[in-house]
Amino acid sequence: MRIVRRKHRVLVQGITGKQGTFWTERMQEYGTNVIGGVNPKKAGTEHCGLPVFASAREAMGEAKDERGFDASVLFIPPLGVKDAALDAIDAGAKNLCILTEHIPIQDVMHVVAAAKEAGTHITGPNTAGSVTVGECFLGFMPAFNERIFKAGRVGVISRSGSLGTLMCQNIVTAGFGQSAFIGIGGDPVIGTTTRDALETLDADDVTDAVVIVGEIGGDMEETAAEYAAGMDKPVIAFIAGGASPPGKKMGHAGAIVMGRRGTYQSKKEALEEAGATVLATPSDVGDALKERLGR
Amino acid sequence: MNFEEHAAKPLLEAAGIAVPYKSILAHTPEQAEKAAKEIGLCVVKAQAPTGKRSKAGGIISVEQPFEAREAAEKILGMEIAGHVVESVLVDFQEVFEHEFYAAVLNDLASKGPMVMFSTEGGIDIEEVAEKAPNAIRQTKVDIRQGFARDDAREMLDGLDLGGMEDKISDVLVKLYAAYRQNDAELIEINPLVWSKGTGRFVALDCKFVMDDSGIKRREELAARGIPEKLTAMEARGEAAGIKYIELDGDVGVLANGAGLTMTTMDVVRHHGGKPANFCEIGGEAYTKAQTALELVLGKPGIKSLVVNFCGAFARCEVMMDGLLNAWEELSPDVPVFFSIAGTGDQQAIQMLKDRLGLDPTPDMDAACRTAVEAANDGEAT
Repeated sequence: MRIVRRKHRVLVQGITGKQGTFWTERMQEYGTNVIGGVNPKKAGTEHCGLPVFASAREAMGEAKDERGFDASVLFIPPLGVKDAALDAIDAGAKNLCILTEHIPIQDVMHVVAAAKEAGTHITGPNTAGSVTVGECFLGFMPAFNERIFKAGRVGVISRSGSLGTLMCQNIVTAGFGQSAFIGIGGDPVIGTTTRDALETLDADDVTDAVVIVGEIGGDMEETAAEYAAGMDKPVIAFIAGGASPPGKKMGHAGAIVMGRRGTYQSKKEALEEAGATVLATPSDVGDALKERLGR
Repeated sequence: MNFEEHAAKPLLEAAGIAVPYKSILAHTPEQAEKAAKEIGLCVVKAQAPTGKRSKAGGIISVEQPFEAREAAEKILGMEIAGHVVESVLVDFQEVFEHEFYAAVLNDLASKGPMVMFSTEGGIDIEEVAEKAPNAIRQTKVDIRQGFARDDAREMLDGLDLGGMEDKISDVLVKLYAAYRQNDAELIEINPLVWSKGTGRFVALDCKFVMDDSGIKRREELAARGIPEKLTAMEARGEAAGIKYIELDGDVGVLANGAGLTMTTMDVVRHHGGKPANFCEIGGEAYTKAQTALELVLGKPGIKSLVVNFCGAFARCEVMMDGLLNAWEELSPDVPVFFSIAGTGDQQAIQMLKDRLGLDPTPDMDAACRTAVEAANDGEAT
């Protein structure tokens, strides 16, 4: 995957809706370089001071050059996501941030396969977005809240928006700051996995340590642990759902405990074997950072 | 969403896969007897969404109608893997030579569909994987390309199928179509049998699990599935669009977002407490704090409450307003501890001070710890 920067041109698909409007304004205030939005029914009008296009292809323009866009954020209802995402992929988007929850999995598979072939990086679905602290943010993260996000050198990867936000607040309270927050999303099939995000933050010059906010279900944390074992940068992780009864769906479809992999214990063991610090509660993150970074 | 066999088999039929030529669903032993009279040689099968029916004695082959009645008497009311059997499927007894296995499922690792076939059917596929891994073939599918006859032929290549390759390929292609048409997470035929007499492959059983996110576009189909077993309060939550799960502890939990709510439960447990519920008002449900509080406090035996809001998409001040409205209306006598952060936190904290005269705890750990202490104090007195 790729970290979105302030220089990148961002499109908002579904810009005219209530949430699309509210969060586009927040993104603009923060410094995200939003260049326009999409709503086929309102094409040709202006919204949030930006042009509204009929499609992502129109927003990109025929030349597909620097007058187009780099990344697109989708504020689109579940059954409309497939078409909207394929439009953006077709247009040549380099990054897609899909916020929507409850998209049929077969639609997600289609979009992910098309993106892979086109070289488009997807974060989500079912994510709260991403924050490149001090530069820009995508989605609905409280990037502008200084008690939660402060420029620093800790990279954060989270399956959950609310829990990821809490972790970021704990990091700032402990005197640290973040380089980037990558919300990968809570669905069973997602574009960017924990491991993909971990590789990106490992290669990122301004990141000294990575905090993974995982949860029970799936085997993304186990797979990420395989990569973490070869990393020099310290990895700290919290896995949500240790106290959840097995077999119960706790809101995130991804969080169903099945078989041996996917349990709290299997994730904790895999991460610890790879040299990661696994936290008992999110409040312990500050102490763990101090210990692992030697400050 | 799970489907019972009698609701799953018609999906195969619609895709062009043969099923036993006659099947009748019976809810009483008398109905089973009447069905057997019509069908002749038959199998009486417990209807429950689990693969453990045969081992539990829930599948009985019979020759005479009175035997079908006796079989139904035995099976109805049986509990199989936590499901009480309320009906039996009286199925024509096919004469067959060999049992195979076929399935199409969502493969999370490859982020696409996977087609599976095994020359050993009639037993759990996990068992085959252990004992005869060479009998299993699996192919990853690019969902944009689909799965055609040539793909099936290629997949079966090298298996000893006695010249049946084309017919089996045909079944696999049709099964893939059924998977696509019904938003399946899993559609499985076990066993798939060769009926020499009629010269066709027949699906003797079918397991179908539907993607819950597909329900909105296939409501007619979903109406034939088994709704999740919910307690009265969980059903109230669902009707209001709130995920509420009843647990056996005494510390009430109300938070936004699945991850944060699970973590609140974890931290309550970490401090030696027992969560009374899972209740989350994340996503679009963040405006429903009022109903959520009523649910959480509605469970008998709640000794304390943790409210953990961390606003991203969900705004703290909106959640706090709903919660305070409910609090003022119910005026409950339960100690409550707040942790508030994220979008709208300052406004929410001010509201809490103005309307309840309370301050939030410094962090979520403190909120959970004090709530556990309060619950345990209540125990002592």
